[in-house]
Amino acid sequence: MHSIVLTKGVPDFREGQVSFDEDGHLERGKTPTVMNPNDEHALQAALQTKVRHGGRVSVMSMGPPGYGDVLQEAMESVYADDLYLLSDRELAAADTWATAIALSTGIEKLGLPDLVFAGFKTADGETGHTGPQTCWALDIPMITHVTELSVDSDERRVRARRLVEGDVAEVETVEAPLPACIVVDPEFESDYRTAGEQLALKDLRETTAERAVEYDQHLTTWDHSDLNLDPDYIGLDGSPTIVSSVDPIPKPPAEREATMVDPGDEEAMGELFDEMAAFSGGA
Amino acid sequence: MSDQYEQYEAVVVGAGPGGAAAAAKLADEGIETLVLERGVKAGAKNVSGGLLYAEDSAPYAIDNLYPQIRTEATERPITEYTIQNVAGSTVKEYDLTRLHEHDTRWSDAVLRRKMDSWLAERVHERTRETGGGLLNGIKVNGLLREDGEIVGVTCDEIDPIRAEFIVAADGVNSELARDAGLMNWDEPEQWFQGVKATVEAPNVNDRFDIGPQEGVAHLFSGDLFDGVRGGGFCYTNVDTLSIGAVFHLDSLVESAAEPHELLNALLEHPVCSQWIDDPYREVEYAAKLVPDSKKVAHPDPQSDRLVLVGDAAGQMQAQGPIIKGMNHAVTAGALAGEAFAAAKRRGEPSSAGERYVERLYESGTMAKLRPKRYERLRPIAERERTTEVVDRLLESPIGRFGVRALDATGLLERLYSSPFMSMSIPDTQTPYVTLPTVIAETLGETVSDDTVVDPPSLEQRIGELTYDTDIGNPHIELLDNSVEASGAAVTACPVSASEFGGGCYREETIASNGTTKNVVSLDTQPCIECGTCAVVADTAWEHPSGGRGIEFRQG
Ligand SMILES: Cc1cc2nc3c(=O)[nH]c(=O)nc-3n(C[C@H](O)[C@H](O)[C@H](O)COP(=O)(O)OP(=O)(O)OC[C@H]3O[C@@H](n4cnc5c(N)ncnc54)[C@H](O)[C@@H]3O)c2cc1C
Ligand code: SF4
Repeated sequence: MHSIVLTKGVPDFREGQVSFDEDGHLERGKTPTVMNPNDEHALQAALQTKVRHGGRVSVMSMGPPGYGDVLQEAMESVYADDLYLLSDRELAAADTWATAIALSTGIEKLGLPDLVFAGFKTADGETGHTGPQTCWALDIPMITHVTELSVDSDERRVRARRLVEGDVAEVETVEAPLPACIVVDPEFESDYRTAGEQLALKDLRETTAERAVEYDQHLTTWDHSDLNLDPDYIGLDGSPTIVSSVDPIPKPPAEREATMVDPGDEEAMGELFDEMAAFSGGA
Repeated sequence: MSDQYEQYEAVVVGAGPGGAAAAAKLADEGIETLVLERGVKAGAKNVSGGLLYAEDSAPYAIDNLYPQIRTEATERPITEYTIQNVAGSTVKEYDLTRLHEHDTRWSDAVLRRKMDSWLAERVHERTRETGGGLLNGIKVNGLLREDGEIVGVTCDEIDPIRAEFIVAADGVNSELARDAGLMNWDEPEQWFQGVKATVEAPNVNDRFDIGPQEGVAHLFSGDLFDGVRGGGFCYTNVDTLSIGAVFHLDSLVESAAEPHELLNALLEHPVCSQWIDDPYREVEYAAKLVPDSKKVAHPDPQSDRLVLVGDAAGQMQAQGPIIKGMNHAVTAGALAGEAFAAAKRRGEPSSAGERYVERLYESGTMAKLRPKRYERLRPIAERERTTEVVDRLLESPIGRFGVRALDATGLLERLYSSPFMSMSIPDTQTPYVTLPTVIAETLGETVSDDTVVDPPSLEQRIGELTYDTDIGNPHIELLDNSVEASGAAVTACPVSASEFGGGCYREETIASNGTTKNVVSLDTQPCIECGTCAVVADTAWEHPSGGRGIEFRQG
């Protein structure tokens, strides 16, 4: 059983250090990167498949060379076997469609696996499209909003419980032949109810601890020429999505005007209160 | 239905010394062995004094099974051993090194967190080779039965597991032993409560005048503990001291004594404080129930595929002042493993239980745990009238004269040092309190010490402990909240005290219909899982789920 998990680094919004360039693009280089929190569920689903059925888990991401850290984090949490980073200046600033083309090309270069796992939406783009678009490009069946998963490796089928339209109240169970793409819902919970599974997990934890330290030895980086991709179709030039503007919510460029008011200056203070009254609502 | 359950050749519940020994023996015999331990880290749940003994006469000691243990996981060899008889501020010391060394190949001070987690790694390596392994954070909650026969275990965290052989090495308050109907937790007189402080001592070598491969054990008895039957200890570790006391639970309950205060009385007494660095720094406060093998060691600790080893079977020997639990757990665990391997070789796996029990008797282990001499003398020696007469005699001028005479010839020290005598000591006031007090009064010298030991309050002690609490899912339920049924726990619980609201048990006054009534209430948040209230209160008592509850860092 071979699984590939698609993961993405996202700016660490928590730190409030997000920076944007003049055109409103995220300046990834200046923003600390962490794994997209929702990808954690995709990684856990892949791990569960590996624990239950053995085989190998590869983690693939597209992004700048600094994404190595993200992949290391992925390796630690999912005990991944190998890591692939699609990284190239030409690939920079790609939208989800261009990303999907690049990822699907990478997956095909690696050899179509049994399962492709993707997380539900990324914390930055929030489009939730990369996974589905990659599957579409690979032309394999896709199950979205998956909360539970079981694989029949003999019959080569996957059965999944999914939320209908992402609604927690309505669930259905669907089946698909392998290879298939699974978009994992944040409601997904892996469970290891047998001692055998727990022992397998412990083995993986032990062997991965060493591997994750020298993760770069298990990391393959491909650029557009490795993938035979035409720069015109990828990266910013190949991105059909046009982002009209980005509202940099986390940290607005601080260009406020400040007026110093001496609290002892009654007149100035009076003016200040008058100005503020407009914002106070009510009275 | 249960055919679908996972199956292992052997399942060992608990990774203390008993479980580790059983697992080593089973794995060495090539038996597929699964070990389930409820602590997230092995040792996180365990407390001992602790001197780990390797007896010459025992068929197994821990280093037979884990040869590296002494260099990698114990603290220090104990090379000097005394008992301090205390009366007020006078003390008479006897050297008990001879008793300590009797039948002893070696004896090391240990801290359980360090030792058990080291053992757990070895256990996992060895059992993994057989196709099994050790899992932490899994709590076994009962026995799996099929047509009334025990065939496996059920757990909180994972599905039931079938096994040909089940070793309950789950320590004191073994839920498996209770489920099998082999042990109950009814009688306080069958148990001790051990309470202990691990104390910082960076200058152990200087203070005790010992080298790094030497260690000291001091025992304390006399009038230190308000008449509660029990004894104290102070053992040297690498850079800490283990200071504590072990009390007869019935005596603790009768006196309504507060264990933490009794511990403080020892810590503050100059006979003990002289060994403590100023300022006093406590690393950890801990307590646990200890079975008294003389009364509860099960004569036939097996049923179907289940065997009990160690504390779970009551195999904890209080040989006078010497406490031997870990070593017997090791012996029993290894014998159980050996028995199953032999039974399998003969093609009679179901005979493993009987073979194990045979080995307990043939190896002489049972004779140590339930000494015949004690059983023969007990009806006379423990009669109240006898105690009264002997105590009055001892305290009389004649008794004092006798004590002096015996001491002058060196006989008293020799008697104290006699393994034969120590195995038949009655559980009365006499040996624990009266005799040591009379000895100290008659022969002792005054001790004084400048160190001011100011032990933390109970609240501070609880505050320093690490918990993953069981909010919303308490592991102990109070079945009868009347003061008569459960009031004893308010004082006997080592993390509760009367007039203290931050502990587990408290007495409350409730008013209804114009009358007021005193009742007992329970909050399990500060519980350190010592097991005391399972015996002294009316509860439905279970351990918390895997990984939950207290996490001892020293033990
Ligand atoms: C204060 C004090 C001082 C002592 N001094 C000494 C001494 O100096 N020398 C000495 O030899 N002995 C001493 N003892 C006694 C000694 O600690 C015990 O006899 C010994 O630990 C028994 O070993 P065991 O393997 O049977 O059980 P334990 O060491 O108690 O191990 C039982 C294991 O089972 C696990 N477990 C329990 N229930 C479950 C479950 N349901 N599912 C999964 N796992 C479970 C526990 O977490 C634990 O790891 C002392 C005890 C105390 C409290
Ligand atoms: S609540 Fe019971 S088990 Fe917990 S510490 Fe108190 S007496 Fe011990």
